[in-house]
Amino acid sequence: MTASPAGPILAVAGRGLPLRGHDIDTDRIMPARFLRSVTFEGLEQHLFEDDRAADPRHPFNDERYAGAAILIVNANFGCGSSREHAPQGLAQSGIRAIVGESFSEIFQGNAAILGVPCFAADPLSLDRLQTLVEHTPAVTIDAHVDTGVISAGPLRFTAAVPPALRDAFISGQWNPTAMLLDRFDEVRLVADRLPYVSGF
Amino acid sequence: MADTLFHKVWNRHAVRALSSGQTQLFIGLHLIHEVTSPQAFDMLRQHGWRVAYPNRTFATVDHIVPTLARRRPFLDLMAEEMTAALERNCRDFGIQLWSSESREQGIVHIIGPELGLTQPGMTIACGDSHTSTHGAFGAIAFGVGTSQVRDVLASQCLALDPLKVRRIDVNGRLSPGVYAKDVILTIIHQLGVQGGVGYAYEYGGSAIDRMTLEERMTICNMSIEGGARAGYVNPDETTFAFLRGRPFAPSGESFDRAVDWWRSIASDPNAPYDDRVALDAGSIEPTVTWGINPGQSVRISERIPADGDREALAFMGFAPNAHVRGTPIDVAFIGSCTNGRLSDLEEAARIARGHHVAPHVKALVVPGSQGISRAAEARGLHQVFIDAGFEWRGAGCSMCLAMNTDKLEGRQVCASSSNRNFKGRQGSPTGRTLLMSPAMVAAAAIAGEVVDVRTMLEEIPA
Repeated sequence: MTASPAGPILAVAGRGLPLRGHDIDTDRIMPARFLRSVTFEGLEQHLFEDDRAADPRHPFNDERYAGAAILIVNANFGCGSSREHAPQGLAQSGIRAIVGESFSEIFQGNAAILGVPCFAADPLSLDRLQTLVEHTPAVTIDAHVDTGVISAGPLRFTAAVPPALRDAFISGQWNPTAMLLDRFDEVRLVADRLPYVSGF
Repeated sequence: MADTLFHKVWNRHAVRALSSGQTQLFIGLHLIHEVTSPQAFDMLRQHGWRVAYPNRTFATVDHIVPTLARRRPFLDLMAEEMTAALERNCRDFGIQLWSSESREQGIVHIIGPELGLTQPGMTIACGDSHTSTHGAFGAIAFGVGTSQVRDVLASQCLALDPLKVRRIDVNGRLSPGVYAKDVILTIIHQLGVQGGVGYAYEYGGSAIDRMTLEERMTICNMSIEGGARAGYVNPDETTFAFLRGRPFAPSGESFDRAVDWWRSIASDPNAPYDDRVALDAGSIEPTVTWGINPGQSVRISERIPADGDREALAFMGFAPNAHVRGTPIDVAFIGSCTNGRLSDLEEAARIARGHHVAPHVKALVVPGSQGISRAAEARGLHQVFIDAGFEWRGAGCSMCLAMNTDKLEGRQVCASSSNRNFKGRQGSPTGRTLLMSPAMVAAAAIAGEVVDVRTMLEEIPA
């Protein structure tokens, strides 16, 4: 299991990994054969395994991006299967934030619960950021959860983490189980009022 | 005030606004399987948490379970380990499990409805994106990840944001040879694979009203392929008739009271929607994908667009402006939570009857559940398939996601009744998937290439 960071996540800083392309699905991020396990251990070794084999120049093969903390993607990233193995693998490889045009909601929720905020930005800013990192892989990117401001070298633009997730990161409540178990009497009240729970 | 089913159900299940800003939502039905649950149980043990409502979680094995050689222990050691882990977890936490040898085993989204567990007005969660299937009953059903499976086990709740609601009307009549699968592929093509992000899709209109629950499940199942996390159809007489007499459905006077409540949670006639879209059912043709996401499809009579995505064309080996019709296939797969139900097998068998699978094609029929398997066998459908050269397999997810030994090899082309044509989805990194209706898959299996099923239907006496 991943040792996720705990506590408030106000900002992520680190080097970037640009991964261009729309509609990159979770089968590509983590092919199903790597779900054949009762743990999440070692998933980082299999990220984009088939894409990497097909393309030696795949960004996840590129040593210049080793140790990157911020993945920079395009639209509808993480679509398809709800497998948490995809964001688990990314988190285990050291990715601590993802910046993209848009994300599948299931993926975004799965990433959030692991402490990985997904920032949505406009396509032009993303292209500039991807280009900057492609030319200058050592550049440090700063991504601020509270303001949504992302800066890197000469670039500075605003991106958005959905408000409820943003507040969860800021308050340190992005892993919600304890919060859901708090005041459990209220859960029972709601359940007891539901006709199908009480047997009609 | 007039409201949508989505909001009515959401409001009845909202426990409170969390300090994070999300809503704590009570989950009425939780379904689990062997692949996305073991880590969740480990997390429970690590924290010393119990399962809050063990009688509201139900389990089965579907993803990795072999469709051949099903005797335990499985020859596939990992299938055995994952199945055994689920058996141990369900035993330890007091959860009802239908394991591989149970008569009720099957794909989680098929057995929920089959057993009457899935009911209108419920909130449903499962660690699988095709949980949207259950929306066919007028439930709000969410696909979730493993950490959220842990949350539901521990608290019977999820922390979620509400969705907007897009009403999709499909009006008119479907032509012969056109199925629910073609309707949802057309919707995804028109609205895009990310068109539904942020939305729940409410399907309605006269074509949907006339559909059986099985057809509605096919539609709702693929909502997620259009980016919509949930999709639903308002419950009606068809829904109530489907549920009556199912093992977990209310019975006797409770059933009548349930119907009253189910009616009350349907969208009101003047409910406000965040968006509305309408389609003409009569204009929909048999539809087939040519690319690497479910939105990249054409009507069977159409050519692939000249400006089709280059990455997709290159991967699939199609030229711009080419027809998908006439593409030779290597494998035909009939099954999955999208199209592995009895009516799917009936339609496919109608095409297969009296024909034979082309010599170069490997064709599989994988019923969605053991219940469907028995029902099909009682009707002799298995014999129709076997006589036609199809393999008749045990129930499970099989070649939809290729977690067991059912998978493509090399660059094989598969005509598939499943839901995803992603690169590598069917188990070979270079394998190619053409999504279509089960009848179209049967027709392709026999012809050895993609054909318009309507040409074969013409030969079948009505």
